Amino acid sequence: MNSAEPVERGFWNDTGTTGISSWIFSSDHKRIGLLYFYSTFGFFLVGVVLGLLLRIELMAPGRTIMGPQTYNALFTVHGVVMIFLFIIPGFQGSFGNLVMPIQIGARDVAFPRLNLFSWWLYMAGAVIILTSLVTGGGPPDTGWTFYVPFSARTGTNVSLAVFGVFIIGFSSILTGLNFVTTIHRLRAPGMSWDRLSLYVWSLYATAWVQILATPILAITLVLVMAERMLGTGLFDPAKGGDPLMYQHLFWIYSHPAVYIMILPAMGVVSDIIPVFSRKPIFGYKFIAFSSLAIAAFGSLVWGHHMFTSGMSDRAVMVFSFLTFIVAIPSAIKVFNWVSTLYKGSISLEAPMLFALSFIILFSIGGLSGLILGAAATDIHVHDTQFVVGHFHYVIFGGAGFAFFAAMHYWLPKFYGRRYAEKPAVMAWTLMFIGFNVMYFTMQVLGMRGMPRRYYDYLPEFARLNLVATIGSWILATGLIIMVVNLFRGLWWGPPFSGNPWGGATLEWSTPTPPPTENFLEEPTVTHGPYDFSALEREVIKTGEETA
Amino acid sequence: MTHHTHKDYAGAKLGMWLFLFTELLLFGGLFLLYAVYLKRYPQEFTAAGREMHVVFGTANTAILITSSLLAAMAVTAIQRDQRRQTLWFLGGTVLCAIIFLTNKFFEWSAEIGHGFYPNSPRLATAPPGESTFFSLYYLTVGLHGLHVLIGASLLTWVAVKVKRGSVHGGDFVLLENGALYWHLVDLIWIFIFPLYYLIL
Repeated sequence: MNSAEPVERGFWNDTGTTGISSWIFSSDHKRIGLLYFYSTFGFFLVGVVLGLLLRIELMAPGRTIMGPQTYNALFTVHGVVMIFLFIIPGFQGSFGNLVMPIQIGARDVAFPRLNLFSWWLYMAGAVIILTSLVTGGGPPDTGWTFYVPFSARTGTNVSLAVFGVFIIGFSSILTGLNFVTTIHRLRAPGMSWDRLSLYVWSLYATAWVQILATPILAITLVLVMAERMLGTGLFDPAKGGDPLMYQHLFWIYSHPAVYIMILPAMGVVSDIIPVFSRKPIFGYKFIAFSSLAIAAFGSLVWGHHMFTSGMSDRAVMVFSFLTFIVAIPSAIKVFNWVSTLYKGSISLEAPMLFALSFIILFSIGGLSGLILGAAATDIHVHDTQFVVGHFHYVIFGGAGFAFFAAMHYWLPKFYGRRYAEKPAVMAWTLMFIGFNVMYFTMQVLGMRGMPRRYYDYLPEFARLNLVATIGSWILATGLIIMVVNLFRGLWWGPPFSGNPWGGATLEWSTPTPPPTENFLEEPTVTHGPYDFSALEREVIKTGEETA
Repeated sequence: MTHHTHKDYAGAKLGMWLFLFTELLLFGGLFLLYAVYLKRYPQEFTAAGREMHVVFGTANTAILITSSLLAAMAVTAIQRDQRRQTLWFLGGTVLCAIIFLTNKFFEWSAEIGHGFYPNSPRLATAPPGESTFFSLYYLTVGLHGLHVLIGASLLTWVAVKVKRGSVHGGDFVLLENGALYWHLVDLIWIFIFPLYYLIL
């Protein structure tokens, strides 16, 4: 295997069909996974550029590169793109599709054509959202939350953008029900529930959140459209409506939605840490159970977004209490990861570095979340840069870094080629530093009282804003190195075959890249996902056979 | 791969049931708003509820329940491999859907004619809760009507497949799922009917 050409190309050419239509009309979960990966990651890069522009605007007080209306539109589009076009569909769509069916020993998902339809719906929604930017009254300027009454009154193109998000919600629901059915019905012989990888457990919990929460978003968005087009007035006090009801409905979906973003990330980390520690996961059952607990409790805490909106004190206390409850399963995961590391034989390769930084960044984000979840402190920092910092720690530092970990861990498996290790580590170092310089500074700014979503600020915030903007450039530099190194490696890099990481989950027992129906013969599962001793026995066995 | 491809019936039905849950939750948002606003405006809701045409509502309830019965009979018929009867029952179901929508059209025309519709001048002068009632009414019933349309189209498509023989006594999960969807449409109406026509 010294030649630059890997011998096996697996699903890339074993069906004998090539060209664009073999991809966009394919029902193979791996091809759909890659379609999702490139489309969602492409939108991530778009969102990054928008974010960088926002940081440049905030580099100095007053107007720097754009006017206030452009700023409003940019932070709205940044949020909509990052949330609805990248991180919500991203994990389930790309790595869920790529890895989950193989990890449970299935040939495909339960409804392969529905899976393709989900991707098409996602693309249709994305096109509609992009259309909303350049038609009608211009890009929406409401923030990604589309809060009434402003979203009902603004002259910008809110209706079309909201309709795009509605379509994407439909796509998300179909992916969710597809995954739940797949995990229930298509596990290979011997793949009992306690042998599922923790990544599959996290996807399972996420899929339930997608199924149970997304319809509420759908109806809420329909109501916003009706408000704008028919004047239904359900959120308009002049007609007897109540804007607070919008906030309730919106967060009944959108708080569980942050678990759609973070749960699969926790699953990735739970898969990577034991492999790179050469140790079985500590507390398998608790990690699996805590995914379900997060999904369940996370659905009951939406009110903590509304502590300053005018709720009764009793409601505030209940929501605050429940918010603290969610911290327990999250902390269970963190402690179990750390216990897995303890006395492990740790190898600090790129996927592991991203996974470890997930623990740190997610912990900072999670703890700052408790500051927001406690009603008394929330009133001080509500709607400040502190919230922006907190959210990015959890979703970018957490879900985003775990997404990068998954890219380095799993993509070589599907390409049969790998990236160079040194630039990957360098990229990670820059990103980790830049990330903290940028978002920790934003948390400090928030504590000192700088509001979020403001185009301008008082002169005393100037120095820290400059620091944050410089942080964003360090982060972007790392990101560019990562993207160039990763894709150059995947497309032209040295071959990657067999099981170089030494993973014990099922995807490492198939050829690399996997053939179209994943397994040469139906696998029978005989050991758990983190049973490395079984793996060693197999290696010894095959070694004997070859000898 | 050694084993041959076969349809996973239990999987197909599990997927359908999950989808039906999402539909219930979609309407759940509107029922939630109904509950909150009924608590806030009990008198206005009662006043507005008196403008509903109970005869239309009752007739439509009877029609939908009948259609659900016909859909269930279609499933039983296909299980016995009686293609002709299956087609008759499905035809009956779709006919009921059309009658339901026609009724709805006349009912809405009458209400709009009386000046009850979102943003209407008549409701602008009425107490605020009445406007809320009618907005919720039109949105909920409109969304339900859309589901009647989708369900009827779905069953028509299944009927074509039955006629062509691709859905038959040995492979009828599509018809079963179509009928499940139809029962959901019926079920949601069973909640809409008392909330808007009877209890106020």
